Amino acid sequence: MGMTITEKILAKAANKDVVKPGDNIWVNADVLMTHDVCGPGTIGVFKREFGNDAKVWDKEGVVIIPDHYIFTADEMCHRNVDTLREFVKEQNLPYFYEPGTETYSGVCHVTLPEKGHIRPGEVLFGTDSHTCTHGALGMFATGIGNTDAGFVMGTGKLLIKVPQTIKFVIDGELPTGVTAKDIILKIIGDIGVDGATYCAMEFSGSTIDALSIEERMTICNMAIEAGGKNGIIAPDEKTIEYVKSKTDKEFTIFSSDEDAEYQAVYNYDASKLEAVVALPFSPDNVKAAKDCSDKKLDRSYIGSCTGGKIEDFVMAAELLNGHKVVIDLFIVPATREVEEAINTIKIDGKTLVEIFESTGKAHIAEPSCAACLGGPVDTFGRCNNGEVCISTTNRNFPGRMGGLDSETILASAYTAAASAITGVITDPAQYLKK
Amino acid sequence: MAENIIKGKVFIAGDNIDTDQIIPAQYLALVPTNPEEYKKLGSYALCGLPDSYKTRYVKDNEFETEFPIIIARSNFGCGSSREHAPISLGAAGCKAVIANSFARIFFRNCISTGEVYPIEAADVLADKFNNGDEAEINLTTLTVKNVTSGEEFSIKDLGSVKEVIEAGGIFNFARKNDMI
Repeated sequence: MGMTITEKILAKAANKDVVKPGDNIWVNADVLMTHDVCGPGTIGVFKREFGNDAKVWDKEGVVIIPDHYIFTADEMCHRNVDTLREFVKEQNLPYFYEPGTETYSGVCHVTLPEKGHIRPGEVLFGTDSHTCTHGALGMFATGIGNTDAGFVMGTGKLLIKVPQTIKFVIDGELPTGVTAKDIILKIIGDIGVDGATYCAMEFSGSTIDALSIEERMTICNMAIEAGGKNGIIAPDEKTIEYVKSKTDKEFTIFSSDEDAEYQAVYNYDASKLEAVVALPFSPDNVKAAKDCSDKKLDRSYIGSCTGGKIEDFVMAAELLNGHKVVIDLFIVPATREVEEAINTIKIDGKTLVEIFESTGKAHIAEPSCAACLGGPVDTFGRCNNGEVCISTTNRNFPGRMGGLDSETILASAYTAAASAITGVITDPAQYLKK
Repeated sequence: MAENIIKGKVFIAGDNIDTDQIIPAQYLALVPTNPEEYKKLGSYALCGLPDSYKTRYVKDNEFETEFPIIIARSNFGCGSSREHAPISLGAAGCKAVIANSFARIFFRNCISTGEVYPIEAADVLADKFNNGDEAEINLTTLTVKNVTSGEEFSIKDLGSVKEVIEAGGIFNFARKNDMI
């Protein structure tokens, strides 16, 4: 019996020839990522269990990316970044993207691949559920809590169960205005928010092959919204070229065997897909955008690890070029690199930022997680007054982007932009050139 | 986590109780390994539940709940990997959550930290109990009794994670097996 790509990576990490779903195995981690929300607690567990003088298992393996609560007056949040700073100094860690300095980057899941920390065939544990993003580059990546992270920090290992894999095969050409975000929302809508609990979600097919690396990241990023342990896409030439442009480190390419066993296989015809939204208060409450034009909006938000990458802003600007918007438009580039791109990439001779500013109601912030998860009350874009927000982010649980009386509607950058023009949920196709 | 009998009043919750409802993100600056902040996390446990929950899990200005057992439906703990979620429940005095299913990271965080027992049941026990009913969970016989109504139901065996729970979490399990 063959193995899936997820099983092959885990077998290598466990120094075994074969693993099968359900096996409990100790795997070696290549990278442990933490941020300002879970880093201080992870460090607390590490010191409690291994002692005050303990050293991390591998300095090169620990990557610390503060990104959640950066631009806030909340003193506890500053204290937490101070805790990270002291730990980095004490342990002499080389990879710390420090707020207030030139090394600050922004959202961890966009920073990791940009800075070469994501390499095919490796194992990444991160104290953030959207760590599953990085399966887009053919690695095993999953989110863990502080206690497990403290364990990895000290030992470089973790006991995990090999997941069953569900395969999603998407073939054909996407219609105008339909994006990776629509593909993953459609899948979550079909299988439900617990449809892939404990499972690996493997994506393949000609549509996936044709997607850019960033769009593949959008798909794997939301595997957790279906309960998935990891999302994964087998590396191809595009992946190899991307990774080589970011790092000199060697990496291993795996792919699933023809006779690998899957818990289930779902097939999609991309040409039949359409722009969709997830209405409050669950990511599986998915409806066609064109059927929701009676839903009035108060703001549109483009940002986060899911929808705040360079291509998300290119899509938004392509659609908004020459249009005014009728609701507030919040623009939060995920990282400094994305921020630089939106200030330099041009459409019709105008930078993306110039296009956003000429819509009349744009608010542009520095890179961070910002209002994607609400955060402290002074967070940029936070829905403090019962706003209805269409957003390129990943969750629309009650109170997710602010107050319990606010509502979040998940959508692609195209749909969020089109809806900002009209003030109601709008299918973007009519605004795009065929 | 070594207790075999867990007794107390139950709090009833619905499907897909996500980690933002268990502990909203504005409280995540609290660091669980700091004892003062651990206690404070307890005061916010389940404060993100919508207003439709007339009974609040922890009363205003209190740190602990009167409900050591939560009975929910499917996919309890979905969403974030924040360990603040099981910790806020544990800090509030929750001993066990019975649900039809759990989200993976939440379940794992319960096991690794030893804060609360995550127990799966096949029957929809949220329909068999009312808020404030007295329950008695027996982890040896794998049953839960509604002391108020007298009915008894079965709960699922914990399976392969039982060894980790019995050792008292991931660190003790690893030490017991000479891993660290």
